[in-house]
Amino acid sequence: MIEAANQKTPLHALHIELGARMAAFADYDMPIHYPAGVLAEHLHTRKFAGLFDVSHMGQALIEGADHATVAAFLETLCPADFLNLAPGRQRYSQLLNDDGGIVDDLMVTRPPGADGALRLVVNASRKAVDYALIRRRLPSSIRLTPLPEAALIALQGPMAAATLARLAPGDGLWTMPFMSARPARVMGFETFVSRSGYTGEDGYEVSLASSQAESFARILLAEPDVAPIGLGARDSLRLEAGLCLYGHELDETIDPIEAALSWSIQKRRRMEGGFPGAGRIQGALANGPTRLRVGIRPDGRAPARDAAEIVSPDGAPIGVVTSGGFGPSVGAPIAMGYVARAYTAVGTPIGLVVRGKPLSARVAALPFYPHAYYRSQARNG
Amino acid sequence: MSQIRYTKDHEYVRVEDGEGVVGISEHAQQQLGDVVFAEAPPIGKALKKGDPAAVVESVKAASDVFAPVSGEVVAVNSEVESTPGLINEDALGRGWLFRLKLADPAELSALMDESAYSDYLRTSG
Repeated sequence: MIEAANQKTPLHALHIELGARMAAFADYDMPIHYPAGVLAEHLHTRKFAGLFDVSHMGQALIEGADHATVAAFLETLCPADFLNLAPGRQRYSQLLNDDGGIVDDLMVTRPPGADGALRLVVNASRKAVDYALIRRRLPSSIRLTPLPEAALIALQGPMAAATLARLAPGDGLWTMPFMSARPARVMGFETFVSRSGYTGEDGYEVSLASSQAESFARILLAEPDVAPIGLGARDSLRLEAGLCLYGHELDETIDPIEAALSWSIQKRRRMEGGFPGAGRIQGALANGPTRLRVGIRPDGRAPARDAAEIVSPDGAPIGVVTSGGFGPSVGAPIAMGYVARAYTAVGTPIGLVVRGKPLSARVAALPFYPHAYYRSQARNG
Repeated sequence: MSQIRYTKDHEYVRVEDGEGVVGISEHAQQQLGDVVFAEAPPIGKALKKGDPAAVVESVKAASDVFAPVSGEVVAVNSEVESTPGLINEDALGRGWLFRLKLADPAELSALMDESAYSDYLRTSG
């Protein structure tokens, strides 16, 4: 079913001009790919730098009297430690329902120099749900302010830092730590820059006024290493990087431990609880979850897609594929999915039911393609 | 000169020596994008017109290829199974999927010729 999109990002006209194939995504008319195609765009991002319009995502501010007040409030909705989030740092977390199920996943940033504010970036498809949930819990002393006039442009890939450093040499963007964020004047544009992304590569996400987004994007696109990248390659890049996509790996029935996101729940929160569904989540931390998100490598060349059933070698149903396709940098089909606890070890043989037949596959380590974050702490795989 | 016919699902069948060479159209390959997997039916399989016969998957989606006419599979293109990108490079040539021994050549007349297919693409958007 194709649904018409009602909303456009500030770069919509530019996407059309660049020859993008457009389609509805979370009510926005978005570029799926440009004339180069998904495969070329994916590989370009891994080798050079890709520019992504992610202005459809929800940006918002939560503000109160001081950091402790705002952090304590957000900790009643999310399991991450925000009290100890340093100025200029950001953290990945999840908004939870009362059962500990994931309402959305989000990035939370403590802007430097503004005591009592946290910046949120949430999924486009979930922003209405998220804002309603936050508002229901909001005490009168704290405000939620969505920022619909802010665009968001990601520049991702090994040449992202060099490109920005060449265009904006005095701004120190080159040496920003991974998962840090701050306001920056970049080529005369007032922006809020974070060193983060959704590709597994080094890169930045740049928030700026919608009215300036197209001028900013055109300057970046004029650089030899920068190409526009659509949502198709964004999806294959994040899948290779083992990153979750809401509505696929994450939904309201899945808790963060099942989703293999326990790393995003800091020690103090694990001990103290105080977030929705703390009983279930602390229980899963102590005893292990009954199902777990894993990587999957089919043995053959046929990709298994979202919703394919996962079976044991003797044919018993043990789980479901949540994302699957071809990994252009891996050069083979890859997938993620949930399997019952007994089948989660790397190398475990499993079957994926594709067109009625079980294809042989194995549980694989995530990510499929090594992360290349700036000052990367861990290189898995 | 060989005769080529198209279905509304964008398969083609090119008639050569009483056999039909089946693949997906240039338009279909463009719509699908980079093809990363192709699977032909087993040799010897008897297909009826409209049966799911082969699978072509791109980075975006999986797509069934239906038998444009009835017949027995007499050959498959193993080159395209190992190098699926041939479908993007040369859909009508080296990107063919399988050959059928035609069961009823009269079925061809129900399919579109080159100019009817061009008109169909123009009007079906």
